[in-house]
Amino acid sequence: MNIETLKTIQALRANGQALVRAVDLQSGEELLIDPQDDSSELALAARDAARADKSGPVEIAGRDWFLGVFNPPLDLVIVGAAHIAQPLAAMAGLAGYGVRVIDPRTAFATAARFPGVAISHDWPDDALAKAPLGPRSALVALTHDPKVDDPALATALRSTCFYVGALGSKKTHATRLERLKSHGFDSAALERIRGPVGLAIGARSPAEIAISILAEMTRELRAGNEVGQTSRPRTSS
Amino acid sequence: MLASEPTRPDRDPLDAALTWLSNGHKVALATVVRTWGSAPRQAGSQMAVRDDGDFAGSVSGGCIEGAVIEAAQDVMNTNVPRKLDFGVSDADAWAVGLACGGRIEVFVEAVR
Repeated sequence: MNIETLKTIQALRANGQALVRAVDLQSGEELLIDPQDDSSELALAARDAARADKSGPVEIAGRDWFLGVFNPPLDLVIVGAAHIAQPLAAMAGLAGYGVRVIDPRTAFATAARFPGVAISHDWPDDALAKAPLGPRSALVALTHDPKVDDPALATALRSTCFYVGALGSKKTHATRLERLKSHGFDSAALERIRGPVGLAIGARSPAEIAISILAEMTRELRAGNEVGQTSRPRTSS
Repeated sequence: MLASEPTRPDRDPLDAALTWLSNGHKVALATVVRTWGSAPRQAGSQMAVRDDGDFAGSVSGGCIEGAVIEAAQDVMNTNVPRKLDFGVSDADAWAVGLACGGRIEVFVEAVR
C-alpha cells in the first residue's frame, strides 16, 4: 500500500465517505474506488461490496483482486426521546452505531438522559434535511405523535436507509399507514416500515423492547445481504 | 510513538500504520482476504505490523498473529507482497493452526 493511499483512506473515512480499495493479490497494484462509480466491472463489484458492507476477493479478466470496503459508521436516528430511546441508544452504541436523537419537545431529549448522543430539537424533517439518511442509516420513530413521527417516517421512506421502524400497536400502525397513504406513499413503500416495531420476542420492559428493535435492525442489515435469505418481502398483517 | 508503548490490538491498524511511518518505522499491512468454514475474523480484517514486531488490529483470534508478524517483517524489507494460507489440515497445524477448524488466507504488503 502506498502511503498516499493510506492517507486518502483515512481522510475519506474521517469525512464519513465510503470507499473501496482494490488490490491485485499478485502484483500489489492498488486502486481507490468511489462506490458511486459504475464505469467498469471492477467498480461495479466494488459498489456491490460497499452496499453489502462485505470485503472479499473477486476475479475480473483473469486478475485476482481483493476489495476492501471502508464504510462510514452505522447511523441510528431515534425520533422521540421516549423511555425506550435510552436503552436503545446505549445498546446501538455498543453495536457500533453513531446515535442521534431527534425530539422537538426539549424537555425529553437532554444530554443528561442521553450521554454521548447527538441531540436535535428540530422537527424531524428539518433535522434530517441537515444530516440526511443514507444506506447505512436506520430510523426508529417512538413518539406516538403523528405530528412528530409522520414527517420522520415520510423522510425515511424517501431515503435509502436500510431500516424504518415505528412504535405502536397494530391498530395505531394501521391508522398511521392510512395517513401516509393519503400523502402519496404506495403499499410497496409502506411495507418498508416495521410496525409494530421489533422482533416478536415477547419484550416487556423498555430494555427488552430495545433488544427486539436492535435485533430486527441487525436482521435487515445483515440477513438482507445474504442471497436467498432476505428478510423481505414480509407479508403485512 | 514511544518504543515502550504497549501493543494495543484494538487500535485502528491504519491509524497506527500512519503514526509509525511518520516516526520512521517500516510498516507492513496484513489483510484477511478469504475465509472458509468457521473463521474468527472476517475478510477485510487488518493488522498493521511495525519493524520491531509491534502490531495493531488482528487477523484471527490470536492463533496466527505470530506467523503473520514474521512474514510481515520479511515483506516490509523486500517490498514483495505475499499471500499466506492458514488452516488445520497440515500435519504441523499445531504450530500456527486455527483451533476453530477454519481456514484463512492473508495478504501481506509493505506500506511505503
